[in-house]
Amino acid sequence: MTRKPVTFTLNGQSRSAFAEDGQNLLDFLRRGVGDMTPKFGCGQGTCGACTVTIDGQTQLACLVLAEAVDGHEVGTAAGLADGGTLDPLQQSFMDHFAAQCGYCSPGMLVSARALLDRNPRPTRDEVIEAISGNLCRCTGYEPIITAILAVAEGRIRA
Amino acid sequence: MTIVETYRTLEEAARAMGGDAVYMGGGTLVMRAVNEGAGPPRLIRVGDPGLRQVRSSGDRITLGAGVTMAEVLAHRDLAFLHPVARLIGGPQVRNMATVAGNLFAAHPYGDFAAALLALDARVIGAGQTGARPVAEILRDRGRAGLIAGIEVTRPRDRRAFGFAKVSRVKPKGVSVMSIAAHLPRESGRIRDARVVFGAMGATPLRASGAERALEGRTLDAAVIADAAAAATEGLDPPTDALASAWYRREVAGVHLTRLLNEMEQRR
Repeated sequence: MTRKPVTFTLNGQSRSAFAEDGQNLLDFLRRGVGDMTPKFGCGQGTCGACTVTIDGQTQLACLVLAEAVDGHEVGTAAGLADGGTLDPLQQSFMDHFAAQCGYCSPGMLVSARALLDRNPRPTRDEVIEAISGNLCRCTGYEPIITAILAVAEGRIRA
Repeated sequence: MTIVETYRTLEEAARAMGGDAVYMGGGTLVMRAVNEGAGPPRLIRVGDPGLRQVRSSGDRITLGAGVTMAEVLAHRDLAFLHPVARLIGGPQVRNMATVAGNLFAAHPYGDFAAALLALDARVIGAGQTGARPVAEILRDRGRAGLIAGIEVTRPRDRRAFGFAKVSRVKPKGVSVMSIAAHLPRESGRIRDARVVFGAMGATPLRASGAERALEGRTLDAAVIADAAAAATEGLDPPTDALASAWYRREVAGVHLTRLLNEMEQRR
């Protein structure tokens, strides 16, 4: 089996690890790098539980070759909190009961953060569109939409 | 076990193809198989950023094979394709999925390819200067070779091209069917009508019955009804988890009517 060195930036910090041939980014981040926040849901690009950002754009880590992020910037939910201070979105998810089992939450948060970074005042429809690639089987989405809108409308301090 | 080979240029990759190799564009299709342990023995990819360029010259626009759906949506010259690209996958998939990759998407995917077929887009192969009709690629995708870019001509006016995707889940759902209609008019009459259904067969297919009903006519209620009645002529839609062949056949004319009505009412 060929192993390829991959040097990339993870949540602002330079990291290097070996990727196996054909290994996807999700498996690489979890087993190779130790960032357990991206979740394995379907492995088919359908559920969004493995959503990460690559150079600021949301992508599905299960459908990205690990070696393809060499030289690129990867962002995960692990990069949202600043030390002990939660990202306003994380706080809002807690305040609005936007997580039940929590499995979709890291992916939801990455999608929501990417939305607010490029559009700080989204409409409800824009929020729905932004999380349309992230499945949640618990909440029925309403608490998640409410939590994101609360941050956008400044009801949760950013 | 999949071995990944990365090349600098598409031409180098083309020389490495053959046998059991599969080319990877955005990865949204190929990586699913890799994750299931059913990936190809050799996966070929190219790092050339030139494959992600969009070039316009007058009404003719050339999309690099690796242009993503999100990049289509970000490009002002491609406004006529925005209603199509917006309905492909979810936001993450649109950041990954490529225009050329969509030509190879198996049923029920391939909605962008349906639009390209309706627009009579042309495909430029690796290392080639001439372009082939996209219909040729869709007819025999296994022998298409590597694709460098896709040429598409902007529709004459905003009434000339329409697209609809029918899915049960919104805003992100897989196609029960998609419909792309290119109806350029000359002196008020439709000339060279092209109506294409996605997810109504193994690849996007032209609805020749509907096209005949529209050709040379003006878009009014009677003509739309004729087109709808002939919508599935010659088509043999599949049954899958999303819809039965019977259902697809029953509703195809309804959805075509809605799309044509909407196009007719545009100003």
